[in-house]
Amino acid sequence: MIRKILPHPYLTVTLVMVWLMLANSYTLNSLVFAILVGLVIPWITAPYWPARPRFAKPLKIIEYISIVIWDIIVANITVAKIVLFMPNSKLHPAWVTVPLDIVTPEAVTVLAGTITMTPGTLTAELAADGHSLLVHALHAPDADEVRDEIKSRYEARLKEIFE
Amino acid sequence: MELFWDILISALLVIGGIFGLVGSFGLVKLPDPMTRLHAPTKAATLGVGAILIASMVWFAVKQGHLTLHELMVTIFIFLTAPITAHFISKANIFRDWPAEKLPKPAGEGDWAVHTADADTSKGELAVDREKNIPHEND
Repeated sequence: MIRKILPHPYLTVTLVMVWLMLANSYTLNSLVFAILVGLVIPWITAPYWPARPRFAKPLKIIEYISIVIWDIIVANITVAKIVLFMPNSKLHPAWVTVPLDIVTPEAVTVLAGTITMTPGTLTAELAADGHSLLVHALHAPDADEVRDEIKSRYEARLKEIFE
Repeated sequence: MELFWDILISALLVIGGIFGLVGSFGLVKLPDPMTRLHAPTKAATLGVGAILIASMVWFAVKQGHLTLHELMVTIFIFLTAPITAHFISKANIFRDWPAEKLPKPAGEGDWAVHTADADTSKGELAVDREKNIPHEND
């Protein structure tokens, strides 16, 4: 019964918070509307998202976000150096196949998004069976190194969080 | 103290501007569509991030009220930028990169663009549907 009314409790909480921040007024009026939005949207979209994500270790999310932000800053500087100072003839772009150990669609989505947001790598494509990612690296003389880093740094942590 | 905040905000704006410029320059300089796709994701992360932090600090210190709109902008960029990049590269692979020129996926089969009727999440969603909603028949 509760599952019917609240198919995605995390989504409901997120939507309420997002609505309050967008309205930028913390009154009863906007809270009522926020809860309305938070109840109706998950209910309408439930058929497209039948599974409910499980969080095995929610506290690990904070650690994960800090690592990703740090990596974005470091990698931005690396990529800026490549763009500004490396001639195109020395650039080694490479395709990298990343076989996945994680299976939950939510975890795969977060991993693919993380790879794109950390500069230097880009998730280009998913395998037809959904068990590998095709990653494009801007400058990777050693493709195996890129794959191992993604697997140990991000995927291992996501596996702990989601599975 | 006033001076400290001024310097901090200006520094963040300059950093944001520099990374935005490097991102745009990369778009011109890099040699092919796949490498060019890397440039805008850079500008979107650190460039926009620094300017948003500057905006948040300015409103908090100078105007005396905390705004959370900047946080929203960051969240929306982090949600939409990877999806845009994914679709642009999908289209590019479909046009310019036949299956022979790409490395193979680890398991059976091929990449989703090269497979007719690919359903990348079929297996997992089917399993979860059984586990989570046992009474639904569809």
